[in-house]
Amino acid sequence: MANNYLDISGVGITFPTDNGPFCALENVNLRIDEGQFIALIGHSGCGKSTLLNILAGLEQATSGGAILQGQVVDEPGPERAVVFQNHALMPWLTVYQNVELAVKQVFKGRKSKREMREWTEHNLQLVHMEHALDKLPGEISGGMKQRVGIARCLAMQPKVVLMDEPFGALDALTRAHLQDSLMEIHAELGNTVVMITHDVDEAVLLSDRIVMMTNGPAATIGEILEVELPRPRDRLALAENPDFNHVRQQVLKFLYAKQRNPALLEENAAPKETPASEPTPLRAVNDSEAA
Amino acid sequence: MSTVHTVTDSPPAGALSASILRRLNHALRVTGLPVIGIGVFLFLWQLAASNINTSLGQFPGPVEVKEQALNLYQEHVREREKADAFYARQEARNAKKLENTPDAKIKWRSYTGKPTFIDQIFTSLYTVSFGFLIATLIAVPLGVICGLSDSVYRAINPIIQVFKPVSPLAWLPLVTMVVSALYMSDDPLFEKSFLTSAFTVALCCLWPTVINTTVGVSGIDRDLVNVSRVMALPTLVHVQKIVLPSAIPMIFTGLRLSLATGWMVLIAAEMLAQNPGLGKFIWDEFQNGSSNSLGRIMVAVITIGLIGFLLDKIMLGLQKRSSWDKQAILR
Ligand SMILES: Nc1ncnc2c1ncn2[C@@H]1O[C@H](COP(=O)(O)OP(=O)(O)O)[C@@H](O)[C@H]1O
Ligand SMILES: [Mg+2]
Repeated sequence: MANNYLDISGVGITFPTDNGPFCALENVNLRIDEGQFIALIGHSGCGKSTLLNILAGLEQATSGGAILQGQVVDEPGPERAVVFQNHALMPWLTVYQNVELAVKQVFKGRKSKREMREWTEHNLQLVHMEHALDKLPGEISGGMKQRVGIARCLAMQPKVVLMDEPFGALDALTRAHLQDSLMEIHAELGNTVVMITHDVDEAVLLSDRIVMMTNGPAATIGEILEVELPRPRDRLALAENPDFNHVRQQVLKFLYAKQRNPALLEENAAPKETPASEPTPLRAVNDSEAA
Repeated sequence: MSTVHTVTDSPPAGALSASILRRLNHALRVTGLPVIGIGVFLFLWQLAASNINTSLGQFPGPVEVKEQALNLYQEHVREREKADAFYARQEARNAKKLENTPDAKIKWRSYTGKPTFIDQIFTSLYTVSFGFLIATLIAVPLGVICGLSDSVYRAINPIIQVFKPVSPLAWLPLVTMVVSALYMSDDPLFEKSFLTSAFTVALCCLWPTVINTTVGVSGIDRDLVNVSRVMALPTLVHVQKIVLPSAIPMIFTGLRLSLATGWMVLIAAEMLAQNPGLGKFIWDEFQNGSSNSLGRIMVAVITIGLIGFLLDKIMLGLQKRSSWDKQAILR
């Protein structure tokens, strides 16, 4: 079963800053199998985006590196396509043209004009955006923009789909719709996915494994949770499922008891006698439940 | 108010009159206020003019200026008639010559009358367009390169910063000498004076466009650049599909500044170098010192202003057409 599709070993990165070098990641090791859905979770600022950017080739690791299907990752490329948090659509291109730009570049010389058009339209159908082909990004909602961003990513036929908090900027209802769409697509295409999220429910619902990161600086992988819930998963049924709730509890425990939010730690720093392992602050848990 | 329109089946009179009031108010703001502004200005101008006496007579008021404008136009029409008559005579003469001796040598001369005010306007427009075009062709690519590459920017920035504040007129003698030295041709495509003016304009048009293009290009959303890198777009496609569209607003801001600068510079250069154009017209009138001169100069001043305004409107129109963000408020 384990096929070491994407192998991340000893990844560390140090940024030069005004106050001297800043070590953001240290010794990150992870093996991902083909077709797996990985959720990357951790407090904000711990280095999730940095790790994803290293996988994308947008950022160079200072030590260690990633190997995808035996090939070292050292530059960005369409086989590791990224879905950005803020959709990153070209505002001057229509929905269709945005996807087409990627298709034309990736399948240049491999597909005929007609095949490219069909492929572009097919991918937009996959995310249910075929009704808005000629709209500009400014004319559609945030959720729709994110759908187009996903279509553009899928249209590149990537080996690995990298998503950086793709639904973070959306309201809860839209987010639920997109999560369902993403599950459908993943079931159909079987992509390998690495997705950053700060939403515990989202992580448990979507992923096969949840990778939890420790707080920075020098962040690394703290724990990895296998999510062995059967697919297809249904959010309503899962809400009552004891396994689901168990996994969820464990993630929450990691985030709010073992790796407490650095911002909260500072808040509590004044009364020195407060032990660091006090019960999970209610506020934080409520936040994630509301999300 | 409710008696203005008596339409059957219309909303209640109160609502109707309110909407009419609102529209009237709007019309007043759009057309009424500028008209009032211009009226007040003309009045103050007349008042001031009648109190200023110069060695060339009274300072021209609006009425005097209007007369001179008409005069200038009529002079132009007369000059055109003379030219037409000249060419007609020449043609008749040559035709006659050919009739008598079919293998006779025929001379065609062009009419050498004094350029009129209208001619000078077109000379200036032509010169500024040419200079602006040269500047644009250099400045936009240079700005794009500076915006894309930090190293190039660091290398070029000091040069830009030093040359930017140089008055165009300081360049003029140098440009004149260089053009005279380098541009030698028996059958010149362009007049030397034309090239001198155009190059001086170009030198001053460069900087605003270079700087604004650089700022526009380097300010592209990082996410968009990353998308382009993930798609592995080749540099030229990257520039064409991502860099240029996103920098277009800033590029046009630069172009508009450039054109406005260029137009001001041109008039000054023409005055100083005695190169044909509106600047020379003003200088000649000043030297003439007839009783009409001040009025004619004033006509030129207003024409220069109107043309500058029109040029900016044209650029604004182009900017609106080429900008993807139709909602952006452009002024
Ligand atoms: N280019 C950079 N230069 C300096 N520091 C950086 C740079 N990129 C990220 N960092 C730092 O690395 C840490 C991790 O950032 P990031 O990966 O964006 O966190 P996350 O996505 O988990 O919220 C942060 O402390 C951030 O300030
Ligand atoms: Mg992030």
